[in-house]
Amino acid sequence: MSKLRIKKSNHSLNRSFGGDLGINIVLLIFGAFMFLPMVYVVVQSLKPLDELWVYPPRFYVVNPTFKNFGDLFRLMGSSWVPFSRYIFNTVFVSVVGTFGNVMLSSFAAYALSKLKFPGRVFLFKVVEYSLMFNATVTTITNFLTMSAFHWVDTYLALIVPAFATSLGLYLMKQFMDSSVPDSVLESARLDGAGEWRILWKIVMPMVKPAWLTLIMFCFKDLWNMGSSLYIHSEQLKTFNYAIQQIVSEGISRAGAAAASTVVMMMVPILVFVVSQSNVIETMSTSGMKD
Amino acid sequence: MSKTTAVKASKKPVNRSDMSKFRWTLKEMKDNKIAYLLLAPFFIIFFIFTVLPVILSVFFSFTLFNLLEAPKFVFLDNYIRLLLDDDIFLLAIKNTFVFAAITGPVSFMMSMILAWFINELSPKVRAVMTLIFYAPSIAGNAYLIWQYMFTADQHGIINGLLMEMGVITTPIAFLTDPSYIMPIVIIVALWTSLGTSFLQFIAGYQVVDRSMYEAAAVDGVKNRWQELWFVTLPAIKPQMMLGAILSITQSFGFGAVITGMVGFPSPDYCAHTIMHHLEDYGNTRFEMGYASAIAVLLFALMIGANLLVNKLLRKVGQ
Repeated sequence: MSKLRIKKSNHSLNRSFGGDLGINIVLLIFGAFMFLPMVYVVVQSLKPLDELWVYPPRFYVVNPTFKNFGDLFRLMGSSWVPFSRYIFNTVFVSVVGTFGNVMLSSFAAYALSKLKFPGRVFLFKVVEYSLMFNATVTTITNFLTMSAFHWVDTYLALIVPAFATSLGLYLMKQFMDSSVPDSVLESARLDGAGEWRILWKIVMPMVKPAWLTLIMFCFKDLWNMGSSLYIHSEQLKTFNYAIQQIVSEGISRAGAAAASTVVMMMVPILVFVVSQSNVIETMSTSGMKD
Repeated sequence: MSKTTAVKASKKPVNRSDMSKFRWTLKEMKDNKIAYLLLAPFFIIFFIFTVLPVILSVFFSFTLFNLLEAPKFVFLDNYIRLLLDDDIFLLAIKNTFVFAAITGPVSFMMSMILAWFINELSPKVRAVMTLIFYAPSIAGNAYLIWQYMFTADQHGIINGLLMEMGVITTPIAFLTDPSYIMPIVIIVALWTSLGTSFLQFIAGYQVVDRSMYEAAAVDGVKNRWQELWFVTLPAIKPQMMLGAILSITQSFGFGAVITGMVGFPSPDYCAHTIMHHLEDYGNTRFEMGYASAIAVLLFALMIGANLLVNKLLRKVGQ
């Protein structure tokens, strides 16, 4: 009897009403903690000036207006460098950096995952260890390297390091390990296809979820990049940096500040919404085996 | 067959036992030229910008170096100065430990438990909840909205609410009073912390083999908690391993969130971390030798914490 019920639906398995209720309450509390600040940013960005400073503070808006967004563009118009330049910088760095990241990670991941050569275990171990520290450790010393290359104050300083991220390579390699069967590659080799051809014609189409994931991860990092230690001239600074300058002019800019945050955060969130199911599929193969 | 003929007669199948390990390796490398070509672009950049800086930091940490003159070798002076003479650094170590020891494990547990709860929902709701929980970690500077919540007059949401309810009569200076700063930056950091490891868990729970739950139910697993303990957690151990690494590494990278919330330097250095100390000496004072020593200690701390937790997690379920 009970066996039959189990086969019909996994959901009725060992699930009590009390447990369901408890889970929903916890999710509601944490959901509010995560979601309400995001809502508040949007609410603030839509408030007219008199509502921003009303007491007691309101968590809602009575007369929504897009004036703050208009103000943002007016303020941008009065900046030193044409505002389109900041936007161009951010888009250029994000797109080129992300493209390079996906390409270079895919090439290296294919070699590590599917080709047997001396050093593959060692190289992957180095990548795994590098997941254990972050850029805080490397930023200052990299300034010396950038200076030696004469890359300080060029796009190269922002773009090239983004080409080779350990998490990108790691995720791509794990996904290839579990999603690209060796037998397919073997038969392609027997048909006389070279490794380069196999990579482009067979492997790359099969790992689409992984490259969408790498696009999402790399893009949001580059998009959110603010001021950089390696960039001094105003012409090369990013959208996020310019927005922070507007915001830092103080409390009178509260509306414009919220509007700029909404503009900034919408883009990576939209990229995630579009790629979500692929990202989850990729992450399901990401575990660290012994 | 002698070694030389084995190499020359390349058409014939070659056995590993025919030659020395070194020659075999060389031959293997030659046969896999394409592999190295594919690896080269990534690994050249990776070594220059991720591995080399660690090596350089170790080297410069034994020197006095101000970027203008050649580095002068001073052996352990930088480390001695750091650990014995620099009171602010000792404060930074303490703050970093407190901050990382809370945000790391709490973020990891939040990721694991919330993802498990979300996994109990229907697929459509699950996708929406995943987005809601993940969004703050990719939303750039959105965490600065917490400044408006904790604003030090009645216009701040939290002060306004507390005064309205009559809990307090004068507003609390949340972001300048050292006794409130640490808890607040920890809350804000946690708000931005449900990132990659959270997605990892969301994905991990979905691919646990359904038949394992059925088998467990037959074997007498009675409720979802037992199911979690006996079936799910052992099945997602690989996800837990990577999730722990990502959470720990992330917990040492919240310097920007702290600076964004309370400025630099924070009042009374109460939220001053090793990350800030490093930035201060490397980026503002250009004492590269001293900054390198800080970077080396931070590096050791991150790797040490990761390896320790990794070792503990390996024991789970053994």
